[in-house]
Amino acid sequence: MASQFLKSNRTGWLMAGPAAFLIGMFIILPFVFAIILSFTNQRLISPNPTEFTGLSNYRQLLSVATLTLDPIKDAAGVMQKAADGTLEYPAIRSFTRGNPDFAHLAGMREWFSFGWGESRTYVLARDVVFLTALVNTFIFVLVVAPVQGALALGLALLINQKMRGINVFRTIYFMPVVVSIVVVSLLWRFIYDGDSGLLNNLLGAISFGAIPRVDWLGNPNTALGAIMAMSIWQAVGFHMVIWLSGLQTISPTLYEAGAIEGATKWQSFRYITWPGLKNTAILVLIVITMQAFAVFAQIDVMTNGGPLDSTQTIVFQAIERGYGKQDISGGSTISVILFVLVLSISLFQRWITRERP
Amino acid sequence: MAISADNHGLRLVVRYAVLTLIAIIFIFPLVFMVMSSLKPDQQLLADTASLRAFLPVGDISLDNYWAAFKRAPVALFVMNSIIVTGVTVALSLFFCSTAAFAFVFINWRGRDVILSIILATLIVPFETIAIPLLLISSKLPWIGLDGVTFGWLNSYRVQIIPFIVDGLTIFLFVQFFKDLPSELIEAARVEGASWFQIYRRIVMPLSGPVLATAAILKFLVMYNQYLWPLMVVQEEGYRPVMVGLQYFFQLNRAWGEIMAYLSMITVPVLAFYLYLQKAFIASIASTGVKG
Repeated sequence: MASQFLKSNRTGWLMAGPAAFLIGMFIILPFVFAIILSFTNQRLISPNPTEFTGLSNYRQLLSVATLTLDPIKDAAGVMQKAADGTLEYPAIRSFTRGNPDFAHLAGMREWFSFGWGESRTYVLARDVVFLTALVNTFIFVLVVAPVQGALALGLALLINQKMRGINVFRTIYFMPVVVSIVVVSLLWRFIYDGDSGLLNNLLGAISFGAIPRVDWLGNPNTALGAIMAMSIWQAVGFHMVIWLSGLQTISPTLYEAGAIEGATKWQSFRYITWPGLKNTAILVLIVITMQAFAVFAQIDVMTNGGPLDSTQTIVFQAIERGYGKQDISGGSTISVILFVLVLSISLFQRWITRERP
Repeated sequence: MAISADNHGLRLVVRYAVLTLIAIIFIFPLVFMVMSSLKPDQQLLADTASLRAFLPVGDISLDNYWAAFKRAPVALFVMNSIIVTGVTVALSLFFCSTAAFAFVFINWRGRDVILSIILATLIVPFETIAIPLLLISSKLPWIGLDGVTFGWLNSYRVQIIPFIVDGLTIFLFVQFFKDLPSELIEAARVEGASWFQIYRRIVMPLSGPVLATAAILKFLVMYNQYLWPLMVVQEEGYRPVMVGLQYFFQLNRAWGEIMAYLSMITVPVLAFYLYLQKAFIASIASTGVKG
């Protein structure tokens, strides 16, 4: 098909070569390195030679075990109760430290526990902080992806009307997107501040002081939620614009036909707009998911993972170990786990939203 | 008739009210930032209790700005950011557009494989390669004035070279070039034009929109870089603005100065955005048309 005039191996390589080299050197090579290093004990600077350590990094991060314990009973078989009336259980320490009968639990710590009748099941993990980070990141993604996607669609529908001055509103809604997330995170520390924070003052004013002041970022129950709300606020304009470009590909004649048939607003959204946005929806979902999994700057600026590890995330852990503690192999292992998660979730999303015959 | 007109008018008012309320939600932290940068610390904190937080009232001055300049080498940070961002954007436009030109117009062996590998890197988040890239950067060789040295840490190049080429920019150029009439290229070849002449005299003059898109996206990414310079630049001399922020959290924390610094590094970008807002929004929208 292509004519011979358009063929040139030399020019092709000459023009694409530099780009291919740079991608290979700075994206593909580090990516391959991440996988290789995750099987070693590499450190940034180390007197000892690098050794191949197999899956030990993964085992260290992901090992989980359960231990079910019965309450302590005295010689007569009566259960011991603590001063506050709760049942007493043997110390976890006696299983995880120097106990040859439970060698597989050696070095583990309690992650969480739940009661089951009289007995109590303890979930132990070798790396409690990482697993907390993993769970937090999942919560972050599961909340931010749908909420941000839906709010962005709502804004796009709102902006997609013919009204005088609508562009002014579009410009304003998009504004936080061009501001650095670092700057945004710092500003929101003022909003969330426990003493003179704008949010507390606003809530106090509208409730005439009935709502008590909350240290939003200092309280383990609210810190992650506060960061999620800010992240949604910052990037919702980005996805609004992507939804908007999807909306504009839908032919107006479809809406005219719908109007002639007497379709209600909901019907025309359900049967014209939504089907027309399918590809956009997949894209928005995948992009938000990837961005949400990579959450880092907000954590670094606002909470440093605290309080009580309630805002630890995967990337924050990867950087804290790989850079902060110069544990390159540990950081790489977390990076590989992150990549596997992102990849499998976007494949899953594609599969869920695939064209059905 | 009159009733329906009133009804219409009322609905319009409600719509504008909703739009305005949402606009306030998006803009208030930025207004707060600029207004606070003009106030002394004590007043800044006291004002958060009322709407005064968003108004230029009370003891207004530029003192915080002078203090910020005294506390940190602000001009140096800004210059570093401009150098890193400007050079990366320029090199990115050149290398990504030439590569995309080769992918779309030239028929060469290996083309399809290389292109699909490059596009596959789109699913690799930067955060997953940051740590090994740090290791690689700490060992790479460089030929400079003092011969061959190893390790790229604390330099401009470590902030620039890894970010020149990325899958998204190449993708944008490829999509754009595909819509150009290939007969034009072929005719020029038949008439004996060199490849580089075609690139420079035919394709580039037609590529205004995609060049603007790619430049804006790269600009936003580069100017707002945080994680990478945080790891690779410890020396003050090469620090960009976002990392320079750390100066304001050491020792005694002065909120007015922080607000002044934030305003200085943010307001120019916002002004640039407001001036070119159509192009900014079009560039984000064009990342979405792949479907």
